[in-house]
Amino acid sequence: MTDKLTPNGIVQDEPLLWEKGRKGKTGFSMPRTEIGPSDLDSNLIRKDLDLPDLSEVDVIRHYTRLSQWNFALDAGSYPLGSCTMKYNPKINDKLAGLAGFTESHPLLRSNQTQGILRIMYELEQLLCEITGMEAVSLQPAAGAHGELAGMLIFSAYHRNKNSKRNKILIPDTAHGTNPASAALCGFKSVPIRSGDDGILHPEQVRELMDEETAGIMITNPNTLGLFEENIEEIARIVHEKDGLVYADGANMNAIMGIVKPGQIGVDVMHLNLHKTFSTPHGGGGPGAGPVCVKSQLEPFLPVPRIRKDDDTYSLESDYSLSIGKLHAFFGNVGVLIRAYAYIMTMSSEGLKKASQLAVLNANYIKAGLQETYYLPFDKTCMHECVFSDKDLKEKGITTLDVAKRLMDYGVHPPTIYFPLIVNGALMIEPTETESKEDLDRMIAVFKKIAEEESADPELLHSAPRNCKRKRLDEVTAARKPCLTGC
Amino acid sequence: MRYLPHTREDIDSMLESIGKDSLNDLFSSLPPDCLLQEDLNLPPSMTEWELTDHMQHLAQSANQFNPKMMFIGAGSYRHYIPETVRFLLSRSEFYTAYTPYQPEISQGTLQGIFEYQTLVCRLLGLDIANASVYDGASALAEAVLMAIRITKKKKVALSDAINPLYRQVVSTYLSPTEYEIVNLPYLSNGRTDLSVLSDPDEYAAIAVQSPNFFGVIEDLEQIGSITKEHKPLFICCFSEALAYGLLKSPGECGVDIACGEGQSFGIPQSHGGPGLGIFACREKYMRNMPGRLVGQTVDLDGNRGFVLTLATREQHIRREKATSNICTNQGLCAMAASIYLASLGGTGLSKLARINYDHCEYLKTGLKNQGFSILFQNPTFNEFVIALPEGKEGLYDKLLAKGVVLGLPLESYFEEMKNHYLVCVTETARKEDLDLLIKEIAS
Repeated sequence: MTDKLTPNGIVQDEPLLWEKGRKGKTGFSMPRTEIGPSDLDSNLIRKDLDLPDLSEVDVIRHYTRLSQWNFALDAGSYPLGSCTMKYNPKINDKLAGLAGFTESHPLLRSNQTQGILRIMYELEQLLCEITGMEAVSLQPAAGAHGELAGMLIFSAYHRNKNSKRNKILIPDTAHGTNPASAALCGFKSVPIRSGDDGILHPEQVRELMDEETAGIMITNPNTLGLFEENIEEIARIVHEKDGLVYADGANMNAIMGIVKPGQIGVDVMHLNLHKTFSTPHGGGGPGAGPVCVKSQLEPFLPVPRIRKDDDTYSLESDYSLSIGKLHAFFGNVGVLIRAYAYIMTMSSEGLKKASQLAVLNANYIKAGLQETYYLPFDKTCMHECVFSDKDLKEKGITTLDVAKRLMDYGVHPPTIYFPLIVNGALMIEPTETESKEDLDRMIAVFKKIAEEESADPELLHSAPRNCKRKRLDEVTAARKPCLTGC
Repeated sequence: MRYLPHTREDIDSMLESIGKDSLNDLFSSLPPDCLLQEDLNLPPSMTEWELTDHMQHLAQSANQFNPKMMFIGAGSYRHYIPETVRFLLSRSEFYTAYTPYQPEISQGTLQGIFEYQTLVCRLLGLDIANASVYDGASALAEAVLMAIRITKKKKVALSDAINPLYRQVVSTYLSPTEYEIVNLPYLSNGRTDLSVLSDPDEYAAIAVQSPNFFGVIEDLEQIGSITKEHKPLFICCFSEALAYGLLKSPGECGVDIACGEGQSFGIPQSHGGPGLGIFACREKYMRNMPGRLVGQTVDLDGNRGFVLTLATREQHIRREKATSNICTNQGLCAMAASIYLASLGGTGLSKLARINYDHCEYLKTGLKNQGFSILFQNPTFNEFVIALPEGKEGLYDKLLAKGVVLGLPLESYFEEMKNHYLVCVTETARKEDLDLLIKEIAS
């Protein structure tokens, strides 16, 4: 089966909305009104509004056709490294869509919204237990927003101690958002090189950590899929100089029920609920990026905080050291409800099993492919493994070619060219929700492509052949940007 | 566990093929004192059916009001949402895809976002729009940071009539740096007072909201005539995007960056999120823009297609020099807004905005006739501020007991506004609902 290309079926072309629309159509049931028009200064009124008019059938067909040009997790393996594309349980979407939640106004008094406050309060408690941290704010709307919250907390903590710190240590295995988040708070990133074994070593941290450095941002497991084994020693070095340790929790899916970051020296971390806790990625969002801290940093968390007294939940904003608000309301509550439902379903045993199987799956892929693809760091990996195109280059094949050819076989490419410390990286994170059959197929496809590299490299250069579009000209798109239609 | 597809035999054979004895053995290289010794202390696992009961119970205690009698907006609005929006969004192909980094297999999301960018530009009268940011508040914060980058000035002027929650978010974003926020007071007509700006050239931006927090429509053209002559960028934010179905677009009034909340376009209120941060600006500022952008191009066969573009502004390429740290945005909500706008069309959106305006004016007049004073006399959209007449101070709580929410009490946001309420009316309030409210108040 593996050498068979994905069939296309009927996939139709579809114009842009404004190429399709015509005056006189409508796709909306206009509410009846018995109220007559009121006056309004004509200087305030716009003369025209050039949005296309379509019928309801037009709209349904338009978006149904567009959807057929997308590959998605529900259609097959999506092993994007660092993105944790695990199955998104359907019941959670239904529950987040209950009218009591979707129709709730965020500024009602707290005695009128007890159900939602309870979910948020309990979710904070659940995340504390899972991470070993001691207080949580659910407000950040995505991972990078959680990082920003973390860096604002670093900044406020040092300012409160009258300590001027303008640098931050960031390993070369960190996510690209880390330096950007730190820069927003005025911190200059100081890169640290990982050792030849792909992890950080205490002596390098000791050399760079000083009293002008706010702390370190560390991703554990790191972006090579390796556990930072020296984390406790590194945390000690940073703490000795009164710095703080930030953990990017994007890779938490490897260690639920196995390691608690709060117990190994981490002071602040964020979680990506749309990764670890299975909420749908939605083609790029919405996500949720709760920020979790140890108790000495709790006063700095965003406001409002949720309080529980007996069985009553309330909102509290009176925290003089708080970094303030990050979102107009409470963050992406609809996403929070889904993550809560997931944890209540999985419980302790399920989450631990999920992490174990995520790690098992990644190691199974690693073992299955390491004879065929170059593996820069050969040791037991966590939830993802990283290969490179080192052995392919002499044949004139690149990581990009492999990625594009995978599409022809119905497998979503892994994350490519990241982490930057591996040239031509192929970063594979299968997640726990891929079955052994799925993994066997994925391995067979990768191997098949390796055979094609020798037999007929043109197949790879010209891939994908079987998708809605052939390779797209990204260079021209950036040189002569066309960002709106006419 | 139904989400975990492995059988016992699968696990055993996989362990064997990687040379491990057990699942625990996968973690044997970790330092022993990092490993948890006990199980996580979490509530016992719920079945799908138990979970449904539990969540239904919580949903019932989440919101005890008749939504039709909730006259509260202030950044989160109740509008009708066509079933087509929910139906199309729930297609797995949109819902369970990731960011469209591989364009050949993501043309659905990419064309959808390209269309979204275009519709937003046409609505706001600007040249380019990004693929969304988190919400209206963070959109304003990003706009202020962008203006600071462009002008290299350290001061920004922010109207006091901007939603106070948005202003709080801006001040959080600016707090670790040396940038200064200067507050512009509001006038007795509810519009922003620009007379305190002695030298506009000192500022990176002048930011107002229109319709503003009080519902008052700002005189954007007048502000535009000031910023045209001076250095600061003109930022116009909004929390009720629907207003631009009726009102002159920010672009035609001289606005450089328009940004705000798009929740009104087919997105449920959901206790404040997820919503949609809309962000648009003039073309000359393109390379300073935060967030993802989708652009049109062609494939090897010359067929039209779409890709994420201008990534050199973004965090994953430019790291600490990026225009923002944002990566995950509100993609699916942008798609919802597009589907909503496509369903209404320009004709429908204009009509719906007019209905909103008329319904709101109807209640305004009705309350005026009951002896309430309307604090600001300038035209408003969807929202207005009332002062309770003397002797009626207990009215808000009395109505609350009957399941009616008469707007947002303003005293905690503006101390001078004791007994003032921000009342919101949209198309979902029918004439009979409004008449009932007026009757309740009269009795």
